[in-house]
Amino acid sequence: MIKLIGLVPLFPLIGFAINGFFGKKLGKKLSGGIAVLSIAASFVVSLLVFMELNGIANKSQVVNLFSWINSDTLSIPFSFLVDPLSSIFLMIITGIGLLIHIYSLGYMSHDEGFARFFTYLNLFVFFMLLLVLGNNYLVMFVGWEGVGLCSYLLIGFWFKNTEYNKAANKAFIMNRIGDLGFLLGIILIFFTYGTITYGDVFAKAHTGSETIITAIALLLFVGAMGKSAQIPLYTWLPDAMAGPTPVSALIHAATMVTAGIYMIVRSNIFYSSSEDASEIVAVVGAATALMAAIIGCVQTDIKKVLAYSTVSQLGLMFLALGVGAYSTAVFHVTTHAFFKALLFLGAGSVIHAMSGEQDIRKMGGLKKALPITYLTMGLATLAISGIFPFSGFFSKDEILAYAYEENKALWFVGSITSLLTAFYMFRMFFLTFHTSFRGTAEQKHHLHESPKSMTIPLIILAVLSVAGGLLGIPAAFHGSNWISTYLNPIIMHKNPSTLSHETEFLLMGIATAVALVAIYTAYNVYQKSNVLPAENEKDMRPFERFAFHKFKVDEFYAFTITRPLNMFSTALGKFFDNQLVDGFIEGIGVVVKWLSGVVRQLQTGNIGFYIFSMVLGIVAIIFWSILK
Amino acid sequence: MLTGLLIIVPLIAAFLVFFLKGKNARIAALGFSVVEFALSVFAWYQFKSDPLSKQLYLNCTWIESLGVNFAVGLDGMSLLMVLLTTFLVPIIILSSFKTDYERPNAFYGLMLIMQMALVGVFTANDGFLFYVFWELALIPIYFICLLWGGENRARITFKFFVYTLFGSLFMLVALVFLYHHTGMQSGIKSWAINDLYQSGRSLTETQQGYVFWAMFLAFAIKMPIFPFHTWQPDTYVNAPTQGTMLLSGIMLKMGTFGLIKWLLPVVPLGVANWGNVAMILSVIGIIYASCIAIVQTDYKRLIAYSSIAHVGLIAAGILAWNQQGVQGALIQMVSHGINVVGLFLIADILFRHTGTREISKLGGIRNVNPKFAVMFLIILLGSVALPLTNGFIGEFLLITGVYGYNAWMAAFAGLTVILGAVYMLRSYQGIMLGESNTVTAGFGELAASDKAVLIIVCAAILVFGVYPQPLTDLAEPAVKTLLMSTK
Repeated sequence: MIKLIGLVPLFPLIGFAINGFFGKKLGKKLSGGIAVLSIAASFVVSLLVFMELNGIANKSQVVNLFSWINSDTLSIPFSFLVDPLSSIFLMIITGIGLLIHIYSLGYMSHDEGFARFFTYLNLFVFFMLLLVLGNNYLVMFVGWEGVGLCSYLLIGFWFKNTEYNKAANKAFIMNRIGDLGFLLGIILIFFTYGTITYGDVFAKAHTGSETIITAIALLLFVGAMGKSAQIPLYTWLPDAMAGPTPVSALIHAATMVTAGIYMIVRSNIFYSSSEDASEIVAVVGAATALMAAIIGCVQTDIKKVLAYSTVSQLGLMFLALGVGAYSTAVFHVTTHAFFKALLFLGAGSVIHAMSGEQDIRKMGGLKKALPITYLTMGLATLAISGIFPFSGFFSKDEILAYAYEENKALWFVGSITSLLTAFYMFRMFFLTFHTSFRGTAEQKHHLHESPKSMTIPLIILAVLSVAGGLLGIPAAFHGSNWISTYLNPIIMHKNPSTLSHETEFLLMGIATAVALVAIYTAYNVYQKSNVLPAENEKDMRPFERFAFHKFKVDEFYAFTITRPLNMFSTALGKFFDNQLVDGFIEGIGVVVKWLSGVVRQLQTGNIGFYIFSMVLGIVAIIFWSILK
Repeated sequence: MLTGLLIIVPLIAAFLVFFLKGKNARIAALGFSVVEFALSVFAWYQFKSDPLSKQLYLNCTWIESLGVNFAVGLDGMSLLMVLLTTFLVPIIILSSFKTDYERPNAFYGLMLIMQMALVGVFTANDGFLFYVFWELALIPIYFICLLWGGENRARITFKFFVYTLFGSLFMLVALVFLYHHTGMQSGIKSWAINDLYQSGRSLTETQQGYVFWAMFLAFAIKMPIFPFHTWQPDTYVNAPTQGTMLLSGIMLKMGTFGLIKWLLPVVPLGVANWGNVAMILSVIGIIYASCIAIVQTDYKRLIAYSSIAHVGLIAAGILAWNQQGVQGALIQMVSHGINVVGLFLIADILFRHTGTREISKLGGIRNVNPKFAVMFLIILLGSVALPLTNGFIGEFLLITGVYGYNAWMAAFAGLTVILGAVYMLRSYQGIMLGESNTVTAGFGELAASDKAVLIIVCAAILVFGVYPQPLTDLAEPAVKTLLMSTK
């Protein structure tokens, strides 16, 4: 089956082509069916590959497709690598992808762009699979930019809305900033090691000097910052919520935005060989986690809360990468994929029921009308808050344990983030589902639980969010930590935890206590005291307002980059190019014209004048030769 | 022989077309250009079976007393450029089917003469002949722009003509200078390219410097490279669409091709001393033109500036003078040619359907014609070099090549990755997305000929993006040989 790995991306590609060419003619049932089937087929193949891989001794196999770019020593084949890391991502992408495709059948059923939606979604899965399957950096880059394109198309899915289009452009351009870093990183790898194929590069990695390795690690990290929305390239992700909610779940929570984590885990040898780079990754991750969590606490749009939560959770994953806990980061990617996809899909179900309303201040008391959504989202909220024994508890505590070991300050920031996470999640949860309904009467009349195509994926994801922790039960609980063992072969420098079980339990205790305090606070404020987030900005405290405005980072970028670039470009075009550069050229013409005008005066047509000047000339020549 | 045929067929075709009238002229022109394309594909086939086949070379005496020969030949590089030319000319002719030009016989006749000169430039192996074809190519395009151009055509075309001619004269001086230094031992002067190579390399460092700048000026103006570019935007905007396509799609490649074949191998010391200055100009041009493109309001002018940016990167790759750089340049020359023809056709379609190219007046065309939107998007992606489009292969190799020359240059040149996305996406949003307005609501369906051209362009973008092997097979060995000869 592994030999047929090409089928995994091929199915979505076929789905894309069919829907792209004939989607509208096929009708909703058929085009939706084809899209779902294509992902289902790829999921089945992935599952078979995953099981087969377990039987192979070295757990890694390369499948060559064709030779792509050749230029002397630079030869880049289009080839795939199946190994523990790519197989885990395969399962996440096709598995969650399948659920979200099914969910979208219901969610998008009334949209006129139904077929187009599935066309893009299938294309996205295709590129995402290329990203994780590639056996060299350039194939990863193909997927990398490809998912960026799909993200652009899906954020701007409702293309009549100018704001959405702006968000789409912002996402694409910001990602491209990262992509340039990634591209230069790839080129530096090529010039350092003479190849960009993973196996060959990693085998030779130690031959590079430390400066070069740090440079490679940082350039790749710039790429990761863009795709995985880290400071300073994170502002596109909250805006990306303009896309349909299933897109937010699949692309902007579960899969695409974790590509940066995939990339760094794939290249872990560069990071474990460069302390400087690792430190930067950890600090950026921690800072992003904290900052996004703070902003998340004051947002009132249900999707924005989740978006900042995603940024924050991604920050935690980078924190894990920075402290060398690579398999832990993948573990958190996995559990996060479960509960965050669920949260977004649940939010979609809520928005669906509320006829498009996204403001949590106008919700409330939805638990009766949406029992399944309520229950499943509740489980996901517990999972993300890190309550035992839900999945998030295990993955997050492992991150915090590693952080504690590496640097207490990082652990502290991580713990504060967890506290805030539990707070803003339950704030959202209480405001949405508890207390009493605050929407219009018409909305109230319209409230309904979503159709089966939407609730079944919710239920499946809820089961995964609850039980996902089983993938990595730590030794302290007498578990075998399957995911860490499974990923062992691809981690070059192991970093086993030396914490005693007592310390680990203590850390877990602290984390749980912190989360409970946060939940209790949220309960007290939003459930018991019925406090509503301020309707009016004037009612906010200064810091709250500052955070509500996302710390004015967008304005800062506009002020320091966008506007100066526009002004500079205008000046360049209108003044420099037109007046100076072209003026100089035109000036030459003017001077020549003027000179010929002057010289023309000599051609008077008067023979006497000609004879006179001839004589003058002869005299001058005679004088000159005598003097000489 | 085959090469000679490739030059003579468009010339004969031009004469025949000249005697036809009305629609027959353009149909005949299309027919002949397709024949020419078939001929070049046959030459490619010949080349594949035997790259040194005698069929591909022609060498007969022209002006004996001056040592001038009519020497033409097809190596991998020339073949690539000839294929680009013969592929694009029929497409360009097809793209004109919805526009009724006055005196079509003259219009299409001139286009075919231009094709002959272009094939001549790309195949000449004799310095004198190269110069003759080089100048010959200017004459038809001058008339095309002058007679069928837009409002300010007389002034703008005059500037374009004088500016490029000015550069070419420097090249002529350099070529004559080189010619005079040939045959130092044998005493026999020659214009043959290999003799000129030898002559150039035997010059002193200072002399090589002069030759470098004289030739570089001619090529830099033709491409054009910053700061010699100011004729370009006006000319591109004012020329009739097909003229713009010829200029940007094929003619500017004369400059880049000239760099590869007629400059860098000739004066290695000159390049060693001055290449970095030229490189810096090229890289500045990338950022400079991209920035200006961002604030353009006329879509055609925006593409004109984007073309300066793209060609700057190509020049930088050539000046890096390593395998990836030069090979990337050749591949990007083909890709850019294809993509820019698509983009200018889009500008033309916009104008024909709405009467304006002002981005701010357009918008929402996607609602009216989604198929056009898709094809537009594919061409746009090709031109911002998204992977799996043709633009990516070239751009990746080019940036790699420039990196091999200097990492910082590559970082600056790489800004095209970001800036290109900025101006392209902004214009796409402005033109295609949003709600449609009174100008765009009646956009309507595309004409069959336009659709055909866009489909061919899109197909080429995707095919060469996924499978660039055919281009690589031609470019890679040719570049390797060339680089070996200068080491």
